[in-house]
Amino acid sequence: MEGESIYEVDSGDGLGADIISTVEFNHTGELLATGDKGGRVVIFQREPESKNEPYNQGEYNVYSTFQSHEPEFDYLKSLEIEEKINKIKWLPQQNAAHSLLSTNDKTIKLWKITERDKRPEGYNLKDEEGKLKDLSTVTSLQVPVLKPMDLMVEVTPRRIFANGHTYHVNSISVNSDCETYMSADDLRINLWHLAITDRSFNIVDIKPANMEDLTEVITASEFHPHHCNLFVYSSSKGSLRLCDMRASALCDKHSKLYEEPEDPSNRSFFSEIISSVSDVKFSHSGRYMLTRDYLTVKVWDLNMETKPVETYQVHDYLRSKLCSLYENDCIFDKFECAWNGSDSVIMTGAYNNFFRMFDRNTKRDVTLEASRESSKPRAILKPRRVCVGGKRRKDDISVDSLDFTKKILHTAWHPTENIIAIAATNNLYIFQDKVNSEMH
Amino acid sequence: MAGGGAGLTVGTGPAPSLKRGAVGEAGEGAPELAGGGDSSGEAVVLQLLLYGLLLSSMGEEEGLRQTQLLDTMFVRGLKRKCFDGEEDIEGTLAGIKAIPSYNLQRQSLLDMSLVKLQLCHMLVEPNLCRSVLIANTVRQIQEEMTQDGTWQMIHTQSTGQASLDRLVSTDILCRSSREQAEGKHVSGYSAFNKDFEGDQAQDSSETMSTASSVQAPRNLQSNVWEMENPQENKGNFQKSLDQIFETLENKSPNSVEDLFSEVDNSYYDLDTMLTGMMSNTKMGHCDGLETFSSPTATASNSNFKSDLNELDHIVEILVES
Repeated sequence: MEGESIYEVDSGDGLGADIISTVEFNHTGELLATGDKGGRVVIFQREPESKNEPYNQGEYNVYSTFQSHEPEFDYLKSLEIEEKINKIKWLPQQNAAHSLLSTNDKTIKLWKITERDKRPEGYNLKDEEGKLKDLSTVTSLQVPVLKPMDLMVEVTPRRIFANGHTYHVNSISVNSDCETYMSADDLRINLWHLAITDRSFNIVDIKPANMEDLTEVITASEFHPHHCNLFVYSSSKGSLRLCDMRASALCDKHSKLYEEPEDPSNRSFFSEIISSVSDVKFSHSGRYMLTRDYLTVKVWDLNMETKPVETYQVHDYLRSKLCSLYENDCIFDKFECAWNGSDSVIMTGAYNNFFRMFDRNTKRDVTLEASRESSKPRAILKPRRVCVGGKRRKDDISVDSLDFTKKILHTAWHPTENIIAIAATNNLYIFQDKVNSEMH
Repeated sequence: MAGGGAGLTVGTGPAPSLKRGAVGEAGEGAPELAGGGDSSGEAVVLQLLLYGLLLSSMGEEEGLRQTQLLDTMFVRGLKRKCFDGEEDIEGTLAGIKAIPSYNLQRQSLLDMSLVKLQLCHMLVEPNLCRSVLIANTVRQIQEEMTQDGTWQMIHTQSTGQASLDRLVSTDILCRSSREQAEGKHVSGYSAFNKDFEGDQAQDSSETMSTASSVQAPRNLQSNVWEMENPQENKGNFQKSLDQIFETLENKSPNSVEDLFSEVDNSYYDLDTMLTGMMSNTKMGHCDGLETFSSPTATASNSNFKSDLNELDHIVEILVES
């Protein structure tokens, strides 16, 4: 894979660079949206292929930037509501405009992105600057004509879905019916209609009657890519629940519960924490689900609830360091995971700006690093290795030298090609596999 | 934070004389700690551990190094088959090179968890998932401790300093064990040893050492007491767990209110919140621990609303026992 850093988020207020908090390709892969801690959304567009400049093929450049969410203050609880964008999800494109949903902890917004590259000239009543003409000077009528202009990208908020959540929204997912979407917070999941903002339906509620009995929260959720009645949500205890909205209005009773029994030989006080699922993603085929917990990624077959069909170790060398990671809170980091377009390779981030890719067919895996030093423009990424004592090769990194402040939590894979977007704190990296651009 | 040659981290704290001693002797030879095999041995270890400790906030890297050994200990601890507290105590004494007992490790983890639950960001709602996971860990530890019969109604732990000492002991536990793992002499301990013996001889008036020396023997006594009264323990334990959540609810209204209830706390003004926060951070985890201690100790640093609730709880506990 080769690639480079294409963007560094800078809050511009002198306080230092901001942190990218979500990354998402649209359904064609032409656009890539990132959200950051400052509430901004930056959209990148892929340059169309051009015979004249073959080297520029497939580069992503900034297309539009807008402020999606602002910090708010909840007066009732005397608490700030962060403007950090937790998730962005694109709507399937239905006309010339693009639409996306962006959410912070409390409020989801629907944005419409339109292009304007022509403008009418030759008005009868207004002059070029828009001022009304003196009617006495108008002697003849003319038909305004559209003249080309510099491309202008306009982003407008079309809907604001507010006051739906008491707790922090961690996921949003657009339904395959393109009319509804769901938003999930720690204890509840709501179903919204894209056109209706003053009402939402609560479809999952795991809040106990007595909050002191609370032992489990919702960590992620997603609609099935093809079946508009099915969705899955994951919990902090490591279980997945597949729910069918046809069964009842309130889907508290799951249709299927996916849970792997605990391995008694690995049991510790941290077992539950590391089993907490931080991300769940359906495969493009809809047959499998991918989950990420602290140390592993697992592939689940929807038809088998007892255990995952595949388990991959992301950084098992951290298993002996769990207490330290608990102390510095790293054990609570929520890593995301991603499928490639053909569901043959899965990817997830790790520490020290490493990210890992697992080929499900060949069972081979690779560790790569996203850093400025190792990726000059079009530099080829070389695989990295973490050594855990024993023989140490050149360029190996020892576990103790890992930088736990450099974590890759957010990654995205182009829907059809071998292009990946990696968010490393405040830098966005795009890597392309030029040799194997097409899926096989 | 000054780093000593022996890897001893010294930060700001209430024991300047100890700091001097520790640093000064860091480079010298490190005679082994003379340990006895008697029941007061654990007391000795505890006192030594508690001595140097400072509430230092370590950088992540440092923290990671220093709790490295705690990781190993916990991983090992998982596989233990039976409660071997007695053996561990003696083993620990024997050479100071020994790894601290599973009980100490577990206690440190409990303390760390309680601190995490209480230290909260004042302005932004805390992460509910994280809080729930930490609370579950606390419950798990406490349940195990109850089953083992080591659960202590910590009457003696009523002072903030004692609780802080215990938390801080994590560093020394890990650091010393790491050095042991690396095959070095634990010169840190020897430094402590000298200070300790010297102080003890002089009948030291240092608050910390006094608290430590008082607390340690009582720990052992409480241990015995606990084992004799497992039933009572269980009832009290459950009450205490509820109490801790209630206390968390009341003490730091911002985070814990969202943590466990939706009580409207808009009547708390900024001052009250700040006061609550300040007392929390100063006392650290001991707020939670104090709920297990005598009620009078906790009442002094709670705010008005929590006073009422605590009185209720005190009455409940008295009635039950």
